[in-house]
Amino acid sequence: MSTSFPNHDFLNEKQEKVAPGKLHAAQYIVALILVTLFAGLWRLQVLGASNYRLLAEANRIRKVPVLAPRGKLFDREGRILVDNYPSTSCYLLREQVKDAAADLPLISAGLHLPIEQIQATIRRFEATPGYLAIPLKQDITPDEQAFVEAHRNELPELETLDEQRRLYPRDGFAAHLIGYVGEVSEQMLNDPKYAFYAPGDVVGRSGVEQTYDALLRGKDGSRDLIVNSHGKEVGRLGQELAVPGEDLKLTIDLDIQMAAEKAMEGKIGAMVAMDPHTGEILAMVSRPTFDPNEFSGRLTRTYWSSILNNPDHPLLNKAIQAQLAPGSTFKIIMSLAGLEEDKAQDLKVNCQGGASFYGHFYACDKHHGGVDIHNAIPLSCDTFYYTLANRLGIDTIAKYASALGIGQKTGVDLPDEATGIMPSTMWKMKTQHAKWYAGEVISVGIGQGAVTVTPIQLARALAGVASGGSLKRPHIVFPSEVPNEEQEALAATFPGSGDKVVPVRKDNWQLISDAMAQTTISGTAAAAHLEGIDFIGKTGTAQVMSHDALARSGGGHKTDPNAWFVGMAPRRNPDIVVAVLWEHGNWGNNSAKLAAQVIDAFVNKQRKLENNIRVASVPSQVPKPEASIAVPGSTIVAVSTNPPQGTN
Amino acid sequence: MARLSSFRDFDWPLLGMVLLLSIISVLEIKSATLHTKFHGFDHKQIGFLAIGLVLMFLISLIDYHRLLDIAHWAYGVSLAALVAVLLIGTKVLGGRRWIKFPGGIHFQPSEWVKLILIVVIARYFWGLAGRDLTWGDVGKAAAMVMVPMLLVLKQPDLGTALTYLPILICGLFLGGLRFKQAAIILLVIAIVGGGAWRTGKVLKPYQKARLTSFMDPDSDPRGAGYQIKQSLIAVGSGGIWGKGTNKGTQTQGDFLPIPYTDFIFAAFCEEHGFIGAIGVLLLYFLILMRLIQNAQTAADLPGSFIIMGVVAVIVFQIAVNVGMVVGLMPVTGIPLPLMSYGGSSILFTFLALGIVMNIRMRRFVN
Repeated sequence: MSTSFPNHDFLNEKQEKVAPGKLHAAQYIVALILVTLFAGLWRLQVLGASNYRLLAEANRIRKVPVLAPRGKLFDREGRILVDNYPSTSCYLLREQVKDAAADLPLISAGLHLPIEQIQATIRRFEATPGYLAIPLKQDITPDEQAFVEAHRNELPELETLDEQRRLYPRDGFAAHLIGYVGEVSEQMLNDPKYAFYAPGDVVGRSGVEQTYDALLRGKDGSRDLIVNSHGKEVGRLGQELAVPGEDLKLTIDLDIQMAAEKAMEGKIGAMVAMDPHTGEILAMVSRPTFDPNEFSGRLTRTYWSSILNNPDHPLLNKAIQAQLAPGSTFKIIMSLAGLEEDKAQDLKVNCQGGASFYGHFYACDKHHGGVDIHNAIPLSCDTFYYTLANRLGIDTIAKYASALGIGQKTGVDLPDEATGIMPSTMWKMKTQHAKWYAGEVISVGIGQGAVTVTPIQLARALAGVASGGSLKRPHIVFPSEVPNEEQEALAATFPGSGDKVVPVRKDNWQLISDAMAQTTISGTAAAAHLEGIDFIGKTGTAQVMSHDALARSGGGHKTDPNAWFVGMAPRRNPDIVVAVLWEHGNWGNNSAKLAAQVIDAFVNKQRKLENNIRVASVPSQVPKPEASIAVPGSTIVAVSTNPPQGTN
Repeated sequence: MARLSSFRDFDWPLLGMVLLLSIISVLEIKSATLHTKFHGFDHKQIGFLAIGLVLMFLISLIDYHRLLDIAHWAYGVSLAALVAVLLIGTKVLGGRRWIKFPGGIHFQPSEWVKLILIVVIARYFWGLAGRDLTWGDVGKAAAMVMVPMLLVLKQPDLGTALTYLPILICGLFLGGLRFKQAAIILLVIAIVGGGAWRTGKVLKPYQKARLTSFMDPDSDPRGAGYQIKQSLIAVGSGGIWGKGTNKGTQTQGDFLPIPYTDFIFAAFCEEHGFIGAIGVLLLYFLILMRLIQNAQTAADLPGSFIIMGVVAVIVFQIAVNVGMVVGLMPVTGIPLPLMSYGGSSILFTFLALGIVMNIRMRRFVN
């Protein structure tokens, strides 16, 4: 029918058809190809389904940690000492970095971080597993947060995390006893003991923060987010709630602490106030101090070097770590030993500005004339105690001093307490492999020589004497606040920390306390006398170098003697004991004035409370400790409401 | 001109299956773009389908012998268009594939070349019918296909360039290539292909990576391997029954790359499972069998050749695309006929089917 296709050239020549066999073959080929694809689907969707389902889940679910807020710290009346404030940090997911060369400049610009600092951070955590996110910047600004959100697609390796950050009282208030928190260090991360910490985790690094870290830190939770391939949240699956850390009530009394802080302002040294009946620390100050807020952010180099280069060691808690000769404060312990041994009652010396023992002349600072046990304490006559020490011998002195805890840790619930030294014949043999010479006891009698104490040891020893020989373990957290299992763990951390009983005869304590009362009335601490307050105490002025060395040095501030004072109130059954160390404070009565400020604050507060009780018609109207947060006057709580500025 | 009455001979069952597949495609495109900026592509796809249907009916009205007559002219114009693309084409994603016309119309010559090659090859082998192929015949046929193929590779568009190959292979197979010749050709391809792979002049490194990563997706988890992996997870996690429309976590969570074009079958498999996937494969099978049947009943040799050329291209695209999605083939960027979103692909397929209809309608004309 060529007419249908008049223009066609080939039509009449070629009329063959394709061989049917070839088209059948084509059908088989098509069928074979489709069967192969069918097999591929079978393999994935029937045989591999469960496996691929898991992979699909892993693809879209991301666990986001929810950080547990750290427990807050309150004073004994429930007033807040350490609080938290919300903050956002930026973390780097190292496994998500696709192109570091391209990403780092962008991250650097967006987070306002130098590239070198980012690289240094990455290097710092090189040894930790790659799947752990590492902290890039804390306290990021809303702008920086918006930058991370806006660049989710280009920078899937960035992640922000809302955190609760520590807010400490300003100006280093109670810094040493509270301590500070810091990022867990790389060394800690490599320690199996800290296996549950991740980079960037915050851990207590000193003070209460360190001791009670396990209680304060709580348990982090997590949120399961459904995310798309850009990490953008498209839904939520569930969550594991964070368990907030325990709030802790400290034995510290904010009012007493404030008085102590004020007293120690501008000085170098330490002050401890405690309740002798219970061992509760009412105040603890060490000077110079530091700002714990600086540590809870990323520590700046300048701040760190300012701390390191300070010759007065601001990080040292001198209340528990300074080990110095107690000077004349030791005479209380001497007096007790002499009286308990019945060797002091009859002792009378004629002080002519010193006395000779074993061929050496030992000086007294005055010609006291006739001195006995009753006026030896208020006059602080060295000649009397040289003589008494000579009568008792070193091992008898050591027996009483050791029983009162001198030369031992008190077991206070703070890290890194120092031991001090109480010399004895055994001690000398053990440490110096040498015999004790009888003459060495003379200077020990006035708290010089080999004997060294920490302020808290001294406070505890005196509290022991004052409470009739019952030595309590000093503590900063109420034991009732700590679960039993934690107490066991703590007891293991602070060995030998139990309470002790030392036999002290009541009449002996009466004699000593009357003498101590004379000290603040007419004795060496008369300048610190508090009218109408039954404030008693003992001064100590400890040479920091020998007279010869002093003469060679030509004087100067750092050669001035350390000024000690141990005081308490009221006389017979004290409710508060205060130990003060003012390094190079020159004379014990200088320290006595500092202690007096704290005693004054304490007694006045007691009186006010008693008046309140008397005024109140119904006993139940006595303000509860918690309620006193709102008590007028407590508004000066030294807690800043503004978060610290960025530390980078 | 065909009489209107010959529409009684129009392959209505074939059209029905094609439309069924198109509906499935539109629904899956809608699901896969639900939460993306490509939302609404399902409507555009419907538009393409409508245009495709119109073109299909129009081309079925023109006697395919006319197409055979003008094939060599069309071929010349095609080559010119491909050169033009390289010179003035719009650059998109690093490749020049489109010529932009006023009014926002993007024209992709490489898709149309496919159709023209099918007709050119049919015409060429028709002329050789009745005798065994000489090496000269093979060489000429190869050159006809290779010249546009190299031009398209230059764009670079490996996927489309590869779709020209099955047209040549089909022509040679039906045109009478002897077994010995086939063996020698395969040997030469192996040697030349291996050499070209080594020198790196023909394929760019990323193209090579795509071609090899399917064998070991983990070797390149961030690049080409990522797509394979996400596709395998999507298909596998669909299981037997699938996760349901709009419920594919891989598809909806944006893990699956381009789930509305190249990886639409993976998206479909995730949401409709093994059962759905087998259904689609079965539809393809029936369509292809219907096409081959039409080739068998075609009035003349060029009719059969054209239909088988269409079959070859469609089978190749299905094999490569579904093979890629299930991890049996490398990632090449070849759309799945009738399923993937895209105007060029839809229009090519419907035009090709239009020619098939055309041939069928004239099967009793002699």
